[in-house]
Amino acid sequence: MSALQIKKGSSKHSAYDLRDPNSELIETHTLAVSVDNESGVLARVIGLFSARGYNIDSLTVAEVDHMGHRSRITVVTSGTPQVITQIKAQLERMVIVHEVHDLTVEGPSVQRELALFKVKGRGEARIEALRLAEIFRANVVDSTLESFVFEMTGTPEKVDAFAELMRPLGLVEVARTGVAALARGA
Amino acid sequence: MTRQMTGAKMVVQALKDQGVEVVFGYPGGAVLPIYDEVFQQNDIRHILVRHEQGAIHAAEGYARSTGKPGVVLVTSGPGATNVVTGIVDALMDSIPIVVLAGQVPTFMIGSDAFQEGDTVGITRPCTKMNWLVKETDKLAETIHQAFHVATSGRPGPVLVDIPKDVQFATGTYCEKPKAKTSHYAPRVKGDPEMITRLVELIETAERPVFYTGGGVINSGPAASQLLRELAEATGFPVTSTLMGLGAYPASGQAWLGMLGMHGTYQANWAMHDCDLMINIGARFDDRITGRINAFSPDSKKAHIDIDPSSINKVIHTDVPIIGDVGHVLEDVLKIWKSRGRKINREGLARWWKQIEEWKAVNCLAYKPSATSIRPQHAIARLEALTKGMDRYITTEVGQHQMWAAQYLGFEDPNRWMTSGGLGTMGYGLPASVGVQIAHPDALVINVAGEASWLMNMQEMGTAMQYRAPVKQFILNNERLGMVRQWQELLHGERYSSSWSEALPDFVKLAEAFGCKGIRCDNEADLDDAIREMLAYDGPVIFDCLVEKHENCFPMIPSGNAHNDMLLGDAETQGVIGASGAVLV
Ligand SMILES: Cc1ncc(C[n+]2csc(CCOP(=O)(O)OP(=O)(O)O)c2C)c(N)n1
Ligand SMILES: [Mg+2]
Repeated sequence: MSALQIKKGSSKHSAYDLRDPNSELIETHTLAVSVDNESGVLARVIGLFSARGYNIDSLTVAEVDHMGHRSRITVVTSGTPQVITQIKAQLERMVIVHEVHDLTVEGPSVQRELALFKVKGRGEARIEALRLAEIFRANVVDSTLESFVFEMTGTPEKVDAFAELMRPLGLVEVARTGVAALARGA
Repeated sequence: MTRQMTGAKMVVQALKDQGVEVVFGYPGGAVLPIYDEVFQQNDIRHILVRHEQGAIHAAEGYARSTGKPGVVLVTSGPGATNVVTGIVDALMDSIPIVVLAGQVPTFMIGSDAFQEGDTVGITRPCTKMNWLVKETDKLAETIHQAFHVATSGRPGPVLVDIPKDVQFATGTYCEKPKAKTSHYAPRVKGDPEMITRLVELIETAERPVFYTGGGVINSGPAASQLLRELAEATGFPVTSTLMGLGAYPASGQAWLGMLGMHGTYQANWAMHDCDLMINIGARFDDRITGRINAFSPDSKKAHIDIDPSSINKVIHTDVPIIGDVGHVLEDVLKIWKSRGRKINREGLARWWKQIEEWKAVNCLAYKPSATSIRPQHAIARLEALTKGMDRYITTEVGQHQMWAAQYLGFEDPNRWMTSGGLGTMGYGLPASVGVQIAHPDALVINVAGEASWLMNMQEMGTAMQYRAPVKQFILNNERLGMVRQWQELLHGERYSSSWSEALPDFVKLAEAFGCKGIRCDNEADLDDAIREMLAYDGPVIFDCLVEKHENCFPMIPSGNAHNDMLLGDAETQGVIGASGAVLV
């Protein structure tokens, strides 16, 4: 539609993102948000998402620069292109936010999460679980005669896939950290 | 040289260093050390209100009429919760407000102490930023940062929560220039490439319109001046939101009147039919757009806003320009002039011819009444009798507010204080007190509805105490008029709880407060009564008994398009469809 020949595609200046705003296509984006490490910061960011009805698929936060007093929030969110643009603009204008990077559009990135799976069972199922764990490069970090705890790092899709496979084999509990992500290259 | 002092002293010192002259507040246990310091100095004037909500609306009135931040001082717990409505109001209308709240001592936080409230938790979603200060050494810097955030970029409210032990303890004062504020620095200059695109559109547009908002006022008087220059030079028509009235003068050649739900016929049609819409510091609020998918279908839209999140939020923008209105308009003018001041003369002439036809509909016409007072007429007479005076207007919320916006003319910015985004009944009276404190010699009038006015009427006490001669011009229809109008249109004339029952005698009420009360119930006496109000040297409560079931027109019913407007005597039944009915 851009009769004005304005460049398409997203950039850090989210308002210049002129992709079709009427697109109803739901996209999933991973945002890396650099924030002051202060009390209440997480509440502020989560409050923004809940107040404006944005989705949080996953969210992780930890201090990454002690001297610089900075934390990094990695949030995986989904919405139409217009909503994603809004989310970034809303984050960028918060006083405690220093930078917002949309890792999904800014180039290739690596995404990893850590997950723990407790699988209960005996006999065939137990052996099958162990075999699959090997294929997925999951480590056994605890075992009893009738249970394992597997540890695995991977993309959220890989974690999902492993959980699906473990379900019929006696999966009783899953703990996931949520996604941490970095852009590839330097 | 570093200065050591108590936290309480720091608060006062920091306010002085910020150039604060007036604080609106109410004391209590958790702020007593600060009140003690306020007592022992004369540079900062403290205005004791009658309810903390009054303090914050007064501060809003002060801020909107001066362009300076408004400052509020309240105690913990109920003191802080009482300002929440005003904080949200200031957030919605982008008003710079600094709230200083007392808190229980740090060692008692979290223990459900007496008058403890999670003030930063409660106000987090409705402030631009808030802080709980746990060390006296950080207090002064935090207050300086608070002023910086409140006044930079898109202005808004901030809150600093100060525990009582932090006020008593001694620490090092951080001088204003040393306070770290650098990382919050919203950009003010617009992208020259985008500005050039806008100029290109200005050069060729056949049916352009300037759609201006509160951002022009917030940018400062220079922005209003530039808007006037641009409008005169291009000859493009100008309309404004409720918040932007006064940026372009009502007497100006290009003025179309206010737009939106109760905007003029010509303004809304111009918005609908234009081929170039230049949004300057407005935000495509739902009162303005009506039905989104029918909003100005054939126009290219440019949007100048200092807040990137305002752009493309609800309406797709072809030319987004992020920056301060004043800076951007200056560049627009510069570039447009340097390219030879081009406009599409023939197109524009045809456009104005069309606009004149719309104007001829005379959408604000009303019939005089022989039996009572038409509210529109009351405002029109108020306008006529105060024209040219050094006048400031505040309003409450309801029909009277819309009539004030329609029938009063504003020639300058910062002269019109109204609760737009939140629509807070009870705003107008305290706001008028705040305005009068800032402009002691000016004429300050609160155009009120009787129901709204009662919500904060205790502030007449404040007006009396500080000899603020505010004029309370109450359009008394004995109804929650705007609610009643919607019930008539939408709920089969079932007037559920929209009668103002058991009203006080406003003249006696005035006497009880020690001010002047005037009642008027017919159009013949109206002018004399208004003159009597204006002549009185002190606060006045003017009880103007108006037509009870008058409706406010024009009206774009919720869910309708701009060109689908109700005018005065339209058939009003069933005009709002099922999908519009769920809208507010
Ligand atoms: C605090 C608050 N409560 C409720 C409303 C909803 N409301 C909007 S207008 C209105 C009626 C106002 O009546 P009045 O002040 O007499 O003004 P009128 O419309 O009659 O001119 C009400 C109840 C509001 N805007 N604010
Ligand atoms: Mg009323």
